[in-house]
Amino acid sequence: MKVTAFISVISIFIGVAGIPLVWGDSDKHEKWQEYSRRSTGVALLDNPVYQQECGDCHMAYPPGLLPVSSWSRIMSGLEDHFGDNAELDKNTHTEISEFLTKHSSDKSDYRRSRRFTVVSDSGDAGMRITGTPYFLHEHDEIPPKLVEGNKEVNSFSNCNACHRYAEQASFREQDILIPGFGRWDD
Amino acid sequence: MKTAYVFMTVLTLLSTNVAVAESTAVDELLAVYSRQGATAPDAQAGKELWLRKFPAKGKIDERSCSTCHGVDLRQAGEHIRTKKLIEPMAPSVNAKSLTNAREIRKWFKRNCKWTLDRECTAAEKANLLVYIKQQ
Repeated sequence: MKVTAFISVISIFIGVAGIPLVWGDSDKHEKWQEYSRRSTGVALLDNPVYQQECGDCHMAYPPGLLPVSSWSRIMSGLEDHFGDNAELDKNTHTEISEFLTKHSSDKSDYRRSRRFTVVSDSGDAGMRITGTPYFLHEHDEIPPKLVEGNKEVNSFSNCNACHRYAEQASFREQDILIPGFGRWDD
Repeated sequence: MKTAYVFMTVLTLLSTNVAVAESTAVDELLAVYSRQGATAPDAQAGKELWLRKFPAKGKIDERSCSTCHGVDLRQAGEHIRTKKLIEPMAPSVNAKSLTNAREIRKWFKRNCKWTLDRECTAAEKANLLVYIKQQ
């Protein structure tokens, strides 16, 4: 009896003590996040230069949201960047161009990136993430008053106004929260 | 007590460093502009340029520095198109402002072209620098 009780106590102790070991297994956790992003997001990349130079004015969009053809067009016209001047010095320009080219949607094996590889063939829209057929398809049911008419959102270009983890390159539907409206369920 | 001294010393050193970085970057650029002829920077002229409105083509047909940065440099601004927050320009409330000569050059180039539709002259940049530095 005493032996059984002792074994029970030991088992419970091991069980309880083992929980943090399982929960704290960062490898597994990262893999799960990685898997989740593979199906619902795009590659998350850390590039301080890109983050600073592009992220000063708008969210630094993950490169996996446009194919290399679009990034090249954008980078060759920074003097008139959708109406803004976003010129870069030569070295920074080269560095960012290489980064975008290397990680563009057409080179990614993330499912969502592959969908963003098809771009509009009409003028400026071909340089816009918001102009891609996949983007338009995913957002076609959202009334303009929730976006353009919503002071806290302002434009479809502000991904992170509603996609709370957009800056972590995650676009899961369950993470959407439209300011002043709430969750969005398709 | 000893900890407090160490803490105070570190704080003092840090704030001195920031102040030094600010004046180094500004002084470096003012010296460059001075060699280009801007020998008497004028903060009042800088303020007038900051507020002056320039007609422009496109959706935003009247542009000034204050379009995005606001009139009070101690307040945060907002990018007119993307609505992204812009940290206050005034060094008195934003210790990072005017500390990096490369950044100052970059933004003068971009923002003068957007606002005035041309690059600013050495005198205009010097005036703006001394005006912003005072804020």
